Amino acid sequence: MNEQIVQLQQEFEQKLAAVTAVSELEEIRIAFLGKNGSVTGLMKQMGKLSPEEKKSFGQQVNQLKTACADRINEKQAALAKEEMEREINSMPEFDVAVPPVLARGSYHPITLVQRKCEKIFRSMGFTVEDYSEVVTDYECFESLNIPKFHPARDMQDTYYLENGQLLKSQTSAAQNAIYKKYRDQLVNEGKPIRAIFPGRCFRNESTDACHENTFFQMEGVMVDKNISISNLIFFMKTMLSEVFEQDIKVRLRPGFFPFVEPGFELDISCLICGGDGCPSCKHSGWLELCPCGMIHPNVLREGGIDPDEYTGFAFGLGLTRLAMMKYGIKDIRDLNAAGLTNLSQFTEDK
Amino acid sequence: MLISINWVRDFVDLDGINIDELIHKFSLSTAEVENEIFYKGSDLSGVVVAEIKSVEEHPKSKKLHLLKVDAGESELIDVVCGAPNVRVGMKTAFAKLGAQIGDITIAPRDLAGFTSHGMCCSEKELGISDENDGIMEITDDAAVGTDIKSLYEIDDIIFEVDNKSLTNRPDLWGHYGIAREIATLAGRPLKEIETADLSVYNDLPKVDIKIEDELCKRYSGIRFENITRKVSPVNMRIRLFYCGMRAINYLADLTNYLMLEMGQPMHAFDSRKVEKIRVKRFEKPFEFTTLDGVSRHIDENTLMICNGDTPVAIAGIMGGLDSEIVDDTTSLTLESANFDAVSIRKSSSRLSHRTDASMRYEKSLDPEMTTVAAARFVKLLSDYDNGVKVTSSLTDEYVQKFDKVTLNFDKKFVDRYTGIEISNETIVNTLTSLGFGVKLEGDDFTVDVPTWRATKDVTIKADIIEEITRIYGYDNFDVNTAVAPLYPVRMFEEKNVEEQIKDILVKRYSMHEVHSYIWAYADEYKKLGIEVEENVKLSGAANPNIETIRRSMIPTQLCQVKSNVSFDSEFGIFEIGRVVDGLDEKGLCREKKMLGITLFSKTADTETLYFRLVNMLSVMMDDIRHKGLSYKAIEPDHAYIHPKNYNAVICDGTEIGRIGLVYPTVLKKIDKKANVVFAELEIDAVVGTANQGIKYQETSKFPSIDVDLTFISEKYAPIKEAIETVNSELIRNVALVGTYTDEQGKAITVRLSFVHPERTLTKEEVMEIADKIIGILKGQGIELKG
Repeated sequence: MNEQIVQLQQEFEQKLAAVTAVSELEEIRIAFLGKNGSVTGLMKQMGKLSPEEKKSFGQQVNQLKTACADRINEKQAALAKEEMEREINSMPEFDVAVPPVLARGSYHPITLVQRKCEKIFRSMGFTVEDYSEVVTDYECFESLNIPKFHPARDMQDTYYLENGQLLKSQTSAAQNAIYKKYRDQLVNEGKPIRAIFPGRCFRNESTDACHENTFFQMEGVMVDKNISISNLIFFMKTMLSEVFEQDIKVRLRPGFFPFVEPGFELDISCLICGGDGCPSCKHSGWLELCPCGMIHPNVLREGGIDPDEYTGFAFGLGLTRLAMMKYGIKDIRDLNAAGLTNLSQFTEDK
Repeated sequence: MLISINWVRDFVDLDGINIDELIHKFSLSTAEVENEIFYKGSDLSGVVVAEIKSVEEHPKSKKLHLLKVDAGESELIDVVCGAPNVRVGMKTAFAKLGAQIGDITIAPRDLAGFTSHGMCCSEKELGISDENDGIMEITDDAAVGTDIKSLYEIDDIIFEVDNKSLTNRPDLWGHYGIAREIATLAGRPLKEIETADLSVYNDLPKVDIKIEDELCKRYSGIRFENITRKVSPVNMRIRLFYCGMRAINYLADLTNYLMLEMGQPMHAFDSRKVEKIRVKRFEKPFEFTTLDGVSRHIDENTLMICNGDTPVAIAGIMGGLDSEIVDDTTSLTLESANFDAVSIRKSSSRLSHRTDASMRYEKSLDPEMTTVAAARFVKLLSDYDNGVKVTSSLTDEYVQKFDKVTLNFDKKFVDRYTGIEISNETIVNTLTSLGFGVKLEGDDFTVDVPTWRATKDVTIKADIIEEITRIYGYDNFDVNTAVAPLYPVRMFEEKNVEEQIKDILVKRYSMHEVHSYIWAYADEYKKLGIEVEENVKLSGAANPNIETIRRSMIPTQLCQVKSNVSFDSEFGIFEIGRVVDGLDEKGLCREKKMLGITLFSKTADTETLYFRLVNMLSVMMDDIRHKGLSYKAIEPDHAYIHPKNYNAVICDGTEIGRIGLVYPTVLKKIDKKANVVFAELEIDAVVGTANQGIKYQETSKFPSIDVDLTFISEKYAPIKEAIETVNSELIRNVALVGTYTDEQGKAITVRLSFVHPERTLTKEEVMEIADKIIGILKGQGIELKG
């Protein structure tokens, strides 16, 4: 072996061993393998050699050249790997247990419960109607078979306004308008009336943890040629099972509401004990949930619908009560108090 | 109303029937029963009739006596008793050793040195009245040793029916009506009520009765003399007590008993005070003292019972003190009458005096009942006091009858309403049992409604459905879905918009949805120095703080923001709620649905906060309608609004709302260091704007040319308008580069990007458009910066 080559190889290895960054490798490559590099320089000595020597020397230089190139590539890969490890190791480990506070908005709990109910009813073919909060005596009472001096007007202490109108004391106040709105489709096109109308109601009473003067109800009606009590029970059971996401048992008792005949109080099996009796249902196994009934013929007639040809049912759900049941809200006044510490918890729900 | 099963048993044989199940059935088919059922007498045993054989003073006590009593056993029993009414020969209730009285078991007991081997009991101790002045007096004919439970109706089952669920059932305000329901539910016959035959008195003189007012439908009266009995029979007193009434005296008890039995209120007058019964109203108000000693204000709408022109009772509510039966009363006049339900209800509410009588009259009682009840009264009166003498004929003024109600329907009608099969036989049996007259020909029913149901409750065919189905039992119904054609159910646009707004504000802007009241809260406004604006008011509002309906959501929200200042350093609230913007030309409320948004921040400056809200509105309208917004300065229309930066929010050339700042004094009252901005949009106006939809533009393959223009202008708005006026299709984008102020004034730089979809633009054609914009602005005095 040519001494020069051995020496150069040793020099190369020494320098390569000292390299710590990829950028330095290029310098070594240029210094040894570049146009004017030391290995390339060895080639230039070839001219002075005999043909035999030339062949042997040439081979040795070429071997050196290849070996150097390989060693540089090896080193480059090793350095790249080291650098990647350094980068990975330099990444701190985050403490996910303490994320920074993120501002989040919130829906009113009534909105969440209302959306859920509306979704169920839309899936069953009901339109979702809106109605004003200030209504006339006709809308709230007269059209609902509650004539002047009827005791039903005493049952609910109504907020009358100076101009003779009133703040609607029940969502039923929308019934008449809805019958009139869909009457033609019912009669001419045979489209049954299926509508719900959620809304804010007002009763003139003093407030406490269980009583509010401003609260939400949701009324629903279905009118067609042969709507029966049997349909009503089926429907209430199906719908309430969806609302409470469990198989609900329902029970009807006679109830008196002037705009239905027959009228019912609907009880559901207690959600806590399932009907066995517990403190929350006063050991009866049942919870009184919503009034319902077959729409009174006078109410249909007032809405332009012939009660001899069409029948229907109506029901009222207390959205405020549902929200309180669902979220365990104990004081009804919290719903209108706009306390963000309470309300900000209702970020979203299904 | 409390119901005694013993009383019901007077009219229906309930032997062999499970009473608990029956009451449950009643609750499901007739009216709501309160949860707790009372088993009277179940905690009483070992109490017998005993005779007091001797009475000695207790040597150490003034109150106590030492008795020897005969309780029917071989030896007399030593008893120590503190009752004041003990006397030799008296028969009383005696609890033997081992007897049970409530929670107490009677055992030998030392009383000041003497042992008592049992206890003489008062009626209160036995739980059969509230009489506690002395031990119970038992009639002489009772044999010693007899268990008092076999002597008196102490064992009973009492249940309470929720009065509210009887509102529409005048027939259920007495035990006989309840018994009719129970008979039907139990499948047993109802016995006829026993009455006296009053026709035997037809030859006696009449009572002088004249109805001079349409509010009285019927007035029946009859007179008696020689009533010697003072105290009611024990069983009668027990029933009254169990049903929640105090025993007073024989006559008063009997009228109460009749009311609880038949539902017919009655009144007994001293005949000397009611020689000429007149029923009428008075033109002038006056004061009248009722038998409870209270002086009451009687107005021109209150129906009165009078002796000639002297009022003696408030019709259907309460008798007067002056005509009350007193110790020297020898002749009585019994009133059994019927009055207009609405009039009684209104009078009793005007007088704030609801009595057992008025509560019944206001339900529309059956006027047919007055004479039957009078005949029943005479029967009971003479049963218990055989010296009674009837001194008049039954005098009956019956001026207004309810129409007889007959309903016709067929089986198909029932089938359609119920959706199940109920046989004709079941229908006939149910209705007959409830007292309806039923005729069935083929599938056609003709039903006569009994008078006690015909006053208002059952008037149409649908009412019959209820009678059939409630007795059939709703639990027995097969339930079936309705069959109906399918149609798509669309959401109304207004609803879509509202839901979108809520989602954008909650999800994108972290706002909190709140609810509020529709009226202005005067006291809370006052704390912020906000005046309640004149608007329509609640009539007769109990609370002066909630008198006026609000005109805007914003004052409400400012109060809400104030109550939340410690919630966070910055937050936003919103609500879609209603306001009333005065009255329209017809005098009806101009109700509007508004979106109110209020932002609060202790960290952001006013301008930042303001533009946060501007951006919020822009994004909202872009999401909802893909439309831009513009703003126009307006004069503040409310005192709580800051005079500067109050802008109308404009979309499609229409004002859809307002955005503004809070007047400094109000702001300081909310929080001294925070900033507040608000916006209020009218939902109808937002919904009314047309949806532009997403306008997709393909990116041009040709290069765009940017032109920067700098104008000397205080406001950007005219520049924007000028660009819109020129309305060149080649302007693909307009960007505000920046503003600065130097000696020439405020300068605004805009960058216009021009692009053509099909070719490369030339500098010349681009400048031609730019010059048009420059020209328009120049015309308005806005110069291009040199």
